[in-house]
Amino acid sequence: MRPLRNVIYIQTQNAWVHKDNDNLVMKVGDEIKARVPIHKLQGLVCFGQVSISPYLMAHCAENAVTITYLNQFGKFLARVEGPVSGNVLLRRTQHLTGANRDKSVAIARTMLSGKLYNQRSVLRRYLRDYGDKENEQTMSAELATAEKRLSRCLQQLTDCDAIDTLMGREGEAAQVYFGVFQHLIRQPDFQFDARRRRPPTDPVNALLSFCYTLLTHDCRSALETTGLDPASGFLHQLRSGRPSLALDLAEEFRPMIDRFVLSLINKRQLSLKDFEEWPNGSFTLKEEPRRTLLAAWQDRKQDTLTHPWFEESVSVGLLPWLQAQILARFLRGDCDSYVPFLWK
Amino acid sequence: MDLEPIYLSRLQHYLYCPRQFALIELEDVWIENQFTAEGKVLHQRVDQPDKQKRGDIRTVRSLRLSHSTLGIEGVADVVEYHRQPDGTEQPYPIEYKRGKPKSHRADEVQLCAQALCLEDMEGLAVPEGALFYGEVRRRHGVDFDEALRELTLQTIQACRDIVQTKATPKAAYQAGKCRNCSLIEQCHPQDFTRPASAWLAQQLAQD
Repeated sequence: MRPLRNVIYIQTQNAWVHKDNDNLVMKVGDEIKARVPIHKLQGLVCFGQVSISPYLMAHCAENAVTITYLNQFGKFLARVEGPVSGNVLLRRTQHLTGANRDKSVAIARTMLSGKLYNQRSVLRRYLRDYGDKENEQTMSAELATAEKRLSRCLQQLTDCDAIDTLMGREGEAAQVYFGVFQHLIRQPDFQFDARRRRPPTDPVNALLSFCYTLLTHDCRSALETTGLDPASGFLHQLRSGRPSLALDLAEEFRPMIDRFVLSLINKRQLSLKDFEEWPNGSFTLKEEPRRTLLAAWQDRKQDTLTHPWFEESVSVGLLPWLQAQILARFLRGDCDSYVPFLWK
Repeated sequence: MDLEPIYLSRLQHYLYCPRQFALIELEDVWIENQFTAEGKVLHQRVDQPDKQKRGDIRTVRSLRLSHSTLGIEGVADVVEYHRQPDGTEQPYPIEYKRGKPKSHRADEVQLCAQALCLEDMEGLAVPEGALFYGEVRRRHGVDFDEALRELTLQTIQACRDIVQTKATPKAAYQAGKCRNCSLIEQCHPQDFTRPASAWLAQQLAQD
């Protein structure tokens, strides 16, 4: 497998990032804070007031290092990209496939199968680790029921022959899964009753939303590297400005993100005081704990696991790229189905 | 209508592996590895457009070549023009390769295709040329005989077929070749021989 290159997240305000030979150098005032060889990078993500020299930008563009600008709360602003991957035949096949109802449904179904399968893995892992603790028997019973209902939803996906019914099943599975999510949280301070976005109204939802954004960025980069059009999806509706295919691809990885968020909370890497509550009742992560989260996220991406389809050990950070590859190879006719990542 | 040009350097990709040719030509896949990087460095030295004259030999580097009817084009590393006793000049193409002479004929076909272009452009026969191998630092003379010319024309036609059908051939795994191929990560020669939908159905049915 190819080496996993790093994504650097820069959130120091007023940082100046430039190129020094083949290194990226970050300065704040006159002080050099970091120096990294550029060939080890896959992407740069800048939060807020971060400046990048045009020469570094050009060098990144030539070497397929993506630069993404977010505002200081993580909202997407812009991205800088070089003239890479012009696989027009792949994109054309993608668009034609997207316009074909049956083919779109087939791909969307495999992707959602992956998502439900992986949601079930999250519950199963918990049941395996904590299911026999006596004081938790009610919870375990509820989790076991939820696990069975997810299995049923997963089977029922096979019969769905329209995007609407697929979405219906997916919604049902989400209710079952998030209905017992609170049982997976082992820190009593953190309460969760339902998935709420726009805006997240509690710390757990704030964490989920923030991490899903990171995931979508990674999926988008993976698709672009592979030559796929991130805007043209099969499950998510096309809408100008929406990375529909990146959202499609992210579906199968969301449960891994959920598990990552749970571990941050359960291992007490974050606490309630790391969050800021806003007058509208929404929550965001403060700057310093966001640093903790991003460092943990980078560590997580270095972990390796066995990819069931490739039967090969791969790092977590490469998974979106591998899945984008499978999708591209499927669209170009190498195999008879897209194969989602199944988290064993 | 003019034919879409096929680049001389791509012919050797086809002969190495038709799928490799298609991935580069149709799917814009290109990954640098040790071998391609070494080749590039070697060529940076050769590829300075340049003319020289020494005795009866005039040397031209980085000469652009094309063929009016075959639809092939590219750049010759070096063409030597050997002055003949009658005062005419005989073109003699030389192609630089990293490594050493190979058992397959990909390098010879690329050189022969250059000869076909030279014949078309100069209007005279080009019976021989040479390959220079970086690892052994030695020239190997190549005769453009009937068999090699036939193989070269067949290869051009096979490449043209892929460009016209726009279909990427399926992978045919060969350990020795695939391990040295810079595109192995994109090609996945061993992974898509299993039926994917059956595999997935089976995984999802397992409890």
